[in-house]
Amino acid sequence: MRNTFTIAKRELQAYFVSPIAYAVTAAFLLVMGILFALFIINPRGAQASMVFFFGSIFSVFFLLLIAPLLTMRLLAEEQRSGTIELLLTSPVRDWEVVVGKFLASWILFAIMLLLTLYYPVLLERFGDPDWGPIASGYLGFLLMGGALLSVGVLTSSLTQNQIVAAFLGVVINMLLLLCYFVPDFAGPLSGFVSYLSILTHFIDLIKGVVDTKDVIYYLSVIAACLFLATRALETRRWR
Amino acid sequence: MIQVENLTKYYGDLAAIKDVSFNVDKGEILAFLGPNGAGKTTTMRILTAYMPPSAGSAQVAGYDVFHDSLEVRRRVGYMPETVPLYPEMTVRSYLDFVARLRGVDDCRKRVEAVMETCHVADYAETAIGKLSKGYRQRVGLAQALVHDPEVLVLDEPTIGLDPKQIIEVRELIRSLGGERTIILSTHILSEASQVCGRVVIINEGQIVAEDTPERLTARLKGGERVYLQVSQPSAELEAALRAIEGITTVEAKGDGGYEVESVLGADRRTEIAAAIVKGGWGLLEMRPVGMSLEEIFLKLTAE
Repeated sequence: MRNTFTIAKRELQAYFVSPIAYAVTAAFLLVMGILFALFIINPRGAQASMVFFFGSIFSVFFLLLIAPLLTMRLLAEEQRSGTIELLLTSPVRDWEVVVGKFLASWILFAIMLLLTLYYPVLLERFGDPDWGPIASGYLGFLLMGGALLSVGVLTSSLTQNQIVAAFLGVVINMLLLLCYFVPDFAGPLSGFVSYLSILTHFIDLIKGVVDTKDVIYYLSVIAACLFLATRALETRRWR
Repeated sequence: MIQVENLTKYYGDLAAIKDVSFNVDKGEILAFLGPNGAGKTTTMRILTAYMPPSAGSAQVAGYDVFHDSLEVRRRVGYMPETVPLYPEMTVRSYLDFVARLRGVDDCRKRVEAVMETCHVADYAETAIGKLSKGYRQRVGLAQALVHDPEVLVLDEPTIGLDPKQIIEVRELIRSLGGERTIILSTHILSEASQVCGRVVIINEGQIVAEDTPERLTARLKGGERVYLQVSQPSAELEAALRAIEGITTVEAKGDGGYEVESVLGADRRTEIAAAIVKGGWGLLEMRPVGMSLEEIFLKLTAE
């Protein structure tokens, strides 16, 4: 576990000297700020929760585009530049490398979320918001972000090319979102497929319902992706 | 310290190394010599537990590279051919990171120590991306040393350096021998003979020779050779030289130059000089001709 933190710490430091982290953070704050403003100035206050929902679809969509940008470098660049040889010949287990990398991206994402905390503070100053859904919404965002990032870590483990890693990540994330819209008449599996969507479990959370099965869903996605990424790294040894 | 037995590694159908066996004793410096693509890097990657062998076994510091790979990695310092550096990190933070990964107790002290050893202390706060090739190579060496390993594996440690840097790095490696067991790969033969106590020559994945540089040279050249030049070449001279005991061949090279070969271990230079002076052929030059490791290498790998 100590090795995981050593790797996560190095990766976080690398984020803060790379322009991509700042660019993504700035874009994130800009888009989320606009969505928040639209939500606030909406005259139909009664439907605010609906607006928030649609706002959130936009934010989910935006998130699935930027998450792979944060993760594309993590393993692909190590493989391209040969620094993976340093990690894999150090007394560190392969999963510790993968988890450390993922953790760094998740922490960066958490920092980005922290920077949006002034929205609810503004709401509190000028109104009387319900803090329950806000808290569970943030939890949902953090969990969904983690799932999207873990997909990015997986695609980054599969290639030496950052662009390919990012592109594959966006495609898989997109599929995870689109599962939600599978119509009921599509067959017996449609319920199962839409259950797999990252959106299904997000909606409960932004409504203020924290259900263990939603939390477990996100944690399972993360675990599965990181497991596969570890295997991808291992097969690199055997080739 | 290192025992390698029948090591074989396939990439698909292609065997990168076949039945490679050798031993390295504690404190020895061994050179791994061979042309590009001979299997040097593959062997080193197996020894450092980067990848497992397809067949055969290797033990480093008493641990099997496959079954106890973490124990092996704790005891080996490895400098790959492309030095694994993060360009955005400073030398100090990079070495500190590597030290932590390898579980060094007193990171700060060890990092200071290896920066001194490898002469990079002046650049401790410089970003690695801004360093010259020579300094990067030294940081790579410092990285391999930071956890004070028993075994050092260096893949082409002097490649791409200028002559002055090459000499410095070689001296550094030599100074590290004795307490540490070192394997280094190279395709420069003079490097092997200068730095290493023993040479393993590998070609197309198989070991073709293994000995000390001196003995390899002696074994292959078959005899002592002397080049000489005289001002008045003549057939009588050749006859006179042939008459000296122990001389096997005399070959005229033109312009008064001759190459004389005698049986192994018989230095006949005094007799040769005396004969020429006596005959009045005018000795201009005489020097021993050693068969260079390059020639041995070509001879061995051409078979």
